[in-house]
Amino acid sequence: MENNISRKDFLKVVGAATAVSAVALTGCKSENYEKETTYSVGDIPKDKMTYRINHNTNDHVSILGYGMMRLPFKDDVIDQEMVNKLVDYAMDHGVNYYDTSPVYCRGNSEVATGIALSRYPREKYYLATKLSNFAPQFWSREASIKMYHDSFEKLQTNYFDYYLLHSVGNGSKDLSGWDTFQKRYIENGIIDFVQEERKAGRIRNLGFSFHGDQRVIEWLLDNHNKYHWDFVQIEMNYVDWEHAHDLSKANVNADYLYKRLTDLNIPAVIMEPLLGGRLSKLPDILANTLKQHAPQNSVASWAFRFVGTYPNVLTVLSGMTYMEHLQDNLRTYCPLVPCTDDELKLLMDIANKYLQYPIIPCTSCQYCMPCPYGIDIPTNFSFYNKCVNEGSIVEDSQSKDYREMRRRFLIGYARALEADRQVEHCIGCNQCVSHCPQHINIPEQLTRINEIVEKLKRD
Amino acid sequence: MLRKLRITLAIICFTLITLLFLDFTGTLHAWFGWMAKLQFVPAMLASSIVVIIGIVIITALFGRIYCSVICPLGIYQDGIAHLAEKRKKNRYSFKRRKKYSYCIGLIFFLLIVFGFTGVAIFIEPYSIFGRFASNLFAPVYRLINNVLAYFAERWDSYAFYHVDVYIKSLPIFIIAIAYLLTITVLALVNGRWYCNNICPVGAVLGCLSKFAIFKPHFDEEKCVSCGVCEKNCRCSAIDSKKHEIDYSKCVTCFNCISKCKKGAMKYGYFKYFKVTEEPRTISDEGKTSRKTFITTVATLAAASTLKAQEKVVDGGLATIEKKKAPKRETPIKPAGSVSLDNFSSRCTGCQLCVQVCPNDVLRASSNLDTFMQPEMSYERGYCRPECTKCSEVCPAGAIHKITREEKTAIQIGHAVWVGQNCVPLRDGVSCGNCAKHCPSGAITMMPYDPEDATSPMIPSINTEKCIGCGACEHVCPARPFSAIFVEGNLIHKEV
Repeated sequence: MENNISRKDFLKVVGAATAVSAVALTGCKSENYEKETTYSVGDIPKDKMTYRINHNTNDHVSILGYGMMRLPFKDDVIDQEMVNKLVDYAMDHGVNYYDTSPVYCRGNSEVATGIALSRYPREKYYLATKLSNFAPQFWSREASIKMYHDSFEKLQTNYFDYYLLHSVGNGSKDLSGWDTFQKRYIENGIIDFVQEERKAGRIRNLGFSFHGDQRVIEWLLDNHNKYHWDFVQIEMNYVDWEHAHDLSKANVNADYLYKRLTDLNIPAVIMEPLLGGRLSKLPDILANTLKQHAPQNSVASWAFRFVGTYPNVLTVLSGMTYMEHLQDNLRTYCPLVPCTDDELKLLMDIANKYLQYPIIPCTSCQYCMPCPYGIDIPTNFSFYNKCVNEGSIVEDSQSKDYREMRRRFLIGYARALEADRQVEHCIGCNQCVSHCPQHINIPEQLTRINEIVEKLKRD
Repeated sequence: MLRKLRITLAIICFTLITLLFLDFTGTLHAWFGWMAKLQFVPAMLASSIVVIIGIVIITALFGRIYCSVICPLGIYQDGIAHLAEKRKKNRYSFKRRKKYSYCIGLIFFLLIVFGFTGVAIFIEPYSIFGRFASNLFAPVYRLINNVLAYFAERWDSYAFYHVDVYIKSLPIFIIAIAYLLTITVLALVNGRWYCNNICPVGAVLGCLSKFAIFKPHFDEEKCVSCGVCEKNCRCSAIDSKKHEIDYSKCVTCFNCISKCKKGAMKYGYFKYFKVTEEPRTISDEGKTSRKTFITTVATLAAASTLKAQEKVVDGGLATIEKKKAPKRETPIKPAGSVSLDNFSSRCTGCQLCVQVCPNDVLRASSNLDTFMQPEMSYERGYCRPECTKCSEVCPAGAIHKITREEKTAIQIGHAVWVGQNCVPLRDGVSCGNCAKHCPSGAITMMPYDPEDATSPMIPSINTEKCIGCGACEHVCPARPFSAIFVEGNLIHKEV
């Protein structure tokens, strides 16, 4: 990400910082540069992490939570050595919330998380995992409970600090979000089972993560008196704040969800603060706008500060694959400097402009994968999005650099994806659609990419 | 001087023709594609009268310059012989041309005239070289390219891109190796032995070059009969004792002229005189060697379901089984081939089209009756509508040049549906990828059960519109055998 700083860039940063101080001294526009407490280079302080207090259990939770969904892979298996290093670094800098699930990383995330964390005293970290009984074969009471018990073993623990009903509101094949929720939790009595487990102390905080069908979250919150949700995990970032519904009609805007939780005094755990990394890869022109406001800060840091600004946010989950991700986030949150009103306004403006780009709202969460017909859906989308961000999709065959751009696109596409993984093999079976928490009409979008590829190839 | 000119021209010709077989981007063919069309047998098959007359005139004037400058196989042997000569000088001795070599030539041309080109091409020099270049040199070239592409990708450059390197047809690959070894050994031991004993082009041009107006000859006054000319003649064409040259064998390489220290060998106008033919039968030695050659070649030649998975955890890629080629009653030949007969009677099996096909559609046939001649199959890609590369490069008229527009109207085959593989019926998922990708709109989806509009949708193929490009076969999700495949047409039709 942004912190892979070369010497040249470093000098630029220093230069910019000097210029900034000069401006600050003359007293004009200084409010834009007050974020000098965050660092783009240099050491990251180990004792400055911002903590939020969970009033239910009085947990002091670091504002940066570690999402164990995007762990590094090496030779097609989780790179455990690197996971350990990342966790060590995070622990060392005060990160104490770790969020995993039985389905993450092809089902191997819990084991990897367990190995990395079991090297620390249990009270040093908060562990969150989920009941990810998505596939119909897990809808039975027995299969769900088995999944719950397996998590203890894999995570090498006898209690969970945070336990979630995973992705309620998401539909499944042929079933709406509401019906799927009924099957997964209500009809099999699992919702009562987890209440019992909380009573027994094996679940310290009980909550759910939500995507999609609004009826489900309304029902769950309407029944707050009965279920006493200790926390709720929602998708929140400066684009979803007012525009989740614009991105997909099936999604609910984050500002509404946040307000609803705040009114009920339920702490919010934030997922997708970066929209799966898309908010760190903004189109150049938007990224430059942010850079102009704070040249020394990464583009991603804005997204993290945005969500951190809201006080009812308990922790912000980030799936940090690389050390550079982790370091950048630590710089942002050690300590958190909340956004000013002007900055919030700026971000709302960026969000509005962002919507003008035909970017596919994929967060590379891999929930759609594996595609039974072999297509690498997230990579197809991220390649396309990258091209949109770079403005390298040429439509006009008369334009001057058309041949060169066409060549770049087609070679780049072949480099990004093997032939068997490319869009032309999508048969439109629609099996992926119900898995997507962003409610992207995946086959439709793949067809759109195919049309671009096909048009360029034929020309 | 003349020798240097010959060597320079030969190297240029050889390099360009070899590059035609190596370059997979098609850039070079736009500039130098005509080089392949100068080759004798391809030009003959393509009925390029101008080229044939040109070669005949040049040979009648200057001798077999074609063999020493234009023929890539001849130049290849020159190169190998050159290496051998470095180790042991003065290695050749005169041998008269054997009559059977003319017989081979005659049989070769009769086979071609009667349409048995597929048999004749086993000894055709240009295509032998083409098979070396495409099967053995091209993979090396591609591997080097891939190394460059690897770095280009890391340097964010688009100058090079990765291409797949794989053996397109194992039998042809083995044959190419066998031929390469044989020709190389022959050249190491006997210089241009192939050219004067087997090569049919050598036989034809040899008949002509006997009567050439300009040719090398002895200056009897200066010659001291040291024999250095004879010992350095790769064609074994010079009898230094009798001061005679077998002009049917001489390829006018000028080596004798530059070797002769006395200036006794000259090139210029020379009155035809008949080489006194010794009335002798074919020697046993000759018989054996030819026999051996053919046996060697023959010996070496002889030596030659995806069910939708239930998603349980996130991420990872489904294992995708490789496609397998279905059994086609009639092989598919590229648009421009006109008909299977036209293709098989003209194709020399040089593999030039196989090399330039950017979609990995063409490969050499392993069927006995069309052996080594390319055919199409769609496991790795399909015959894309924008591409007419094979028709542009074919030197032999096996694939006539066509435009993109013409291609859209040529039916080279027709799609056939195999119900038991079709995923809507087999796996109960909706599909329609064949219809979605058909460039000529020949496929529509219809309910399987005419009474029930909600029954699974299956493809309905309008054969009148189908052009046989194989898009449907390639994108069909059924593996390893597609649920829709193309059956070739004996005669290509217009749609």
